[in-house]
Amino acid sequence: MAYAAGVDVGSTQTKAIVVDEARRIVGRSLADTGANVMRAADAAFREALASGDLREEEVEFVVGTGYGRYKVTFGNAQVTEISCHARGAVHLFPRTRTVLDMGGQDTKAIRVAPTGEIVDFCMNDKCAAGTGRFLGAAAVALELPLAELGPTALRGERAVKISTTCTVFAESEVLSWLGKGKKIEDILLGVHESIAARSIGLLRRVGIEQEVTFTGGVTKNRAMVETLNRRLGLTVNVSDESHFIGAIGAALFALDRIAAGRAPAGPARERA
Amino acid sequence: MNGSVTDGSVVGRGNAAGAQLFRDWFQGLSSAAEQGRGAAYVFVMGSLAELLRVFDFPIVFPEINSLQSAVRRVAHEYLNEAESYGYSPDICGYVKADVATQLRGGAHPMGKIPRPALAICTNACNTYIKWGEIWERMYGVPVFTLDVPGSRGAGLASPRGSDDFELDRRYVEAQLGELIALCERVSGRRFDVDRLREHLGHANGLSAGWQRVLELNRSRPAVFNALSDGTIYLGVANGFRGTPEGAAFFRDLVDEMAYKAEHGIGTAIEEQWRLIFVGVPCYPIFRRFSELFTDWGGVFVNSTYLRFASGGANLGFAYDLARPLESLAEGVLLGVRHAMDSMFFQTEALAEMIDTHAADGVVYHPIKSCRTVSTGLADTRRAVMALRDVPSLFVESDMMDRRVVSEAQMKNRIDAFFEGLAARRHQATAS
Repeated sequence: MAYAAGVDVGSTQTKAIVVDEARRIVGRSLADTGANVMRAADAAFREALASGDLREEEVEFVVGTGYGRYKVTFGNAQVTEISCHARGAVHLFPRTRTVLDMGGQDTKAIRVAPTGEIVDFCMNDKCAAGTGRFLGAAAVALELPLAELGPTALRGERAVKISTTCTVFAESEVLSWLGKGKKIEDILLGVHESIAARSIGLLRRVGIEQEVTFTGGVTKNRAMVETLNRRLGLTVNVSDESHFIGAIGAALFALDRIAAGRAPAGPARERA
Repeated sequence: MNGSVTDGSVVGRGNAAGAQLFRDWFQGLSSAAEQGRGAAYVFVMGSLAELLRVFDFPIVFPEINSLQSAVRRVAHEYLNEAESYGYSPDICGYVKADVATQLRGGAHPMGKIPRPALAICTNACNTYIKWGEIWERMYGVPVFTLDVPGSRGAGLASPRGSDDFELDRRYVEAQLGELIALCERVSGRRFDVDRLREHLGHANGLSAGWQRVLELNRSRPAVFNALSDGTIYLGVANGFRGTPEGAAFFRDLVDEMAYKAEHGIGTAIEEQWRLIFVGVPCYPIFRRFSELFTDWGGVFVNSTYLRFASGGANLGFAYDLARPLESLAEGVLLGVRHAMDSMFFQTEALAEMIDTHAADGVVYHPIKSCRTVSTGLADTRRAVMALRDVPSLFVESDMMDRRVVSEAQMKNRIDAFFEGLAARRHQATAS
C-alpha cells in the first residue's frame, strides 16, 4: 500500500494529512505553527503518521503547501495553497466551481473548472482585513476566546457598521463602539458582516458560480458561515474537513506524483 | 538582417551595448551638471528629443532617473526624503524620487543630474503636467505643455489622411512653432532645419529598428525577454532617440535578433511558457521579479510597456525629411495617440499580441504609484478573457516603492499561475 502526505504550513496553524491509494484519510494532525516553521512542519507530519500508526518510510511522496511550504524540508515537492485548496475542495465537493478560503492572514477566492483546473483566483492585498486575523484582533479587543466569537455574534440583532479596512484600526473601532455602549453581540456581528463583505468582494472578482465551497480555519465559525450564506443568497459547502482542505489537496497532488512516477513540477531554482 | 552577420558573436551584444550607452549617457549628464548647463526635462511619451537636440540641450528623462534609483535599490531613500519634505505616500513614486534628486542638488546613483533649463510635457499623463509645475516653482523655468488632440480615444481619433487629421496635425505643428521660439530664447541658439532633418533621420532608423526587433520576438523560442532585456532596449529607444548612436544600436540589435531567430536561439532559459506583460515593471526588485517567472520557464514575448513607454516608437513611423516640421508634428500626433491607446485601450492590441506571439498567458501588473496606468486593467483583463481563452494573472505591487512590494505574496500568486498553466496543458494533452 502506497501512502502520500500533504503538509499545509499556514501562518497560524499547520495541518498534515496522510492518504492511502484509495484517497482515504488515514492520518492527520493540527498544531499551531509558532515561530519555528520547520519544526512545526516536521512535528505535524510525525503526529499525522502516529495518528495513522504509520512509519515515515511508508509514505512515498510528501507535498508541502501554505506560506511555509519551502520549510517542509522533508517534502518532495511544493504546491501553492491556491492549487491545493482548489483540489481539496473539488475532491470533497465535486460540484465546486468557486472556493473561498479564509485563513489566518489571507483570504482567497478561486474559480475552478469542472475538471478542477483553476480558472482564476484572487487574494486579499497586502493587509489582513477580511481574514481570520481580523477576527483575532476583535477577540483581543473584546477579551473573548476565538471559539466564542461565532456563538456570541449569532446572538447579535443589530450589527454595528465596521468601517475601517485595517485590522489594526479595527481593534480601536471595536473599542470605540464599546465606549458608545453597543452590545458585544452587535459589535461582533458587525465584524463578521465586514469580513464577509470583503470576502464576497474577492469572490465577485473571480465570478461567483455555484457550488461555493468555504475552506480554511474560519469555517469552524458558524456565524461566518451563516453571514456568508445570507449575503450570498446560497448555502456554501462546509465540512468537518474544511480546515484540512489545503493539506488534503496537497496529499492528493502527492498521490498524483506517485501515480505519474515523475519528477515534480515547480520553479527550476527550487527544484535544484 | 543586412547580411553582414555570419557568426554567433552578435548574441548578447545588445544588452552589453545598451548598458554601456546608458553609462555614457549619465556620464554626459554629469558633465553637463558640472558645467552648470541647463537641461531639457522631457517625458517618454512625446519627448520631442529630435527637436531639442537641435538646440544642444542635454536631455533628462526624470522618469528614467527615478526608475534607475529603484533598480539600484536606493529609491526608498529618495521616497522617504520627498515624504519628509511633505509629499504624500500616495503621490507617484517617480515624482517623489525626482523631487528628492532635486533637493539633493542632482545627486543620483548613476551620476549627477543637471538642473532644468526648460521642461516639455504632453497631455499624455496628468502627472506630467503637475510634475512640470514643481520645477516651475523650484527653479522658475518655463514648462511647455504640448496639447496632443485625440490622445484618449481609440478608434475615435481622426484617421490619418482625413481632413480632421490634417487639422489636428496643423494644431500640433503650430505648437511646435511656439516651442521652437521658446527653445531659441532659452538656449540662445537659432533653429536649424537641416540639423532637425539630421536628427529626424536618426530617429527614423531607431523607430524602424525598434519595430522590427519587436516583430522578431514572434520567433519560438523568443529571441529576447520583453520584461528584462526589453527594458534595456526601451531605455536606449528613449535616451538615444534622434542620435546616430541610437540608430546604430537598433541596426545592430536587429542583426542580433534576426540571427537568433534564424538559428533558433532563445533567451538564457529554456522557454516553457510564452507570456505577455501588461503594465510597468516592478523596479524595486527588478531582477527577482523577472526570475519569479523565468524560474518556471516563463518568457515575456511582448509587453504593452514597450509600446507606451517608448512613446509609440514601436509604430516605426518614418519622418518625411523633405518636410521635417510637418512630419514631426504628424509623428508626434500618431506616436502619442498610439502610446495612449497602448495604455488605456489595450483589449484589441492584447488579443492581437496573443495571436501573433502565440502567448500562453497574460500577466497584468497594476502599480500603486500610478493609478492612471492601473485603473482600467481589471476591465481590460475581463475583456481580453472574453476574447481569448488564455489564462491571466493579476499581481499588484509598485514600480518604485518597495514598501508595497511583498515578494512572498507575489511569488505565491505567480507560482499558482504557473501551476494552473501546467494543469491546463496537462489536461489538453490528456484529452
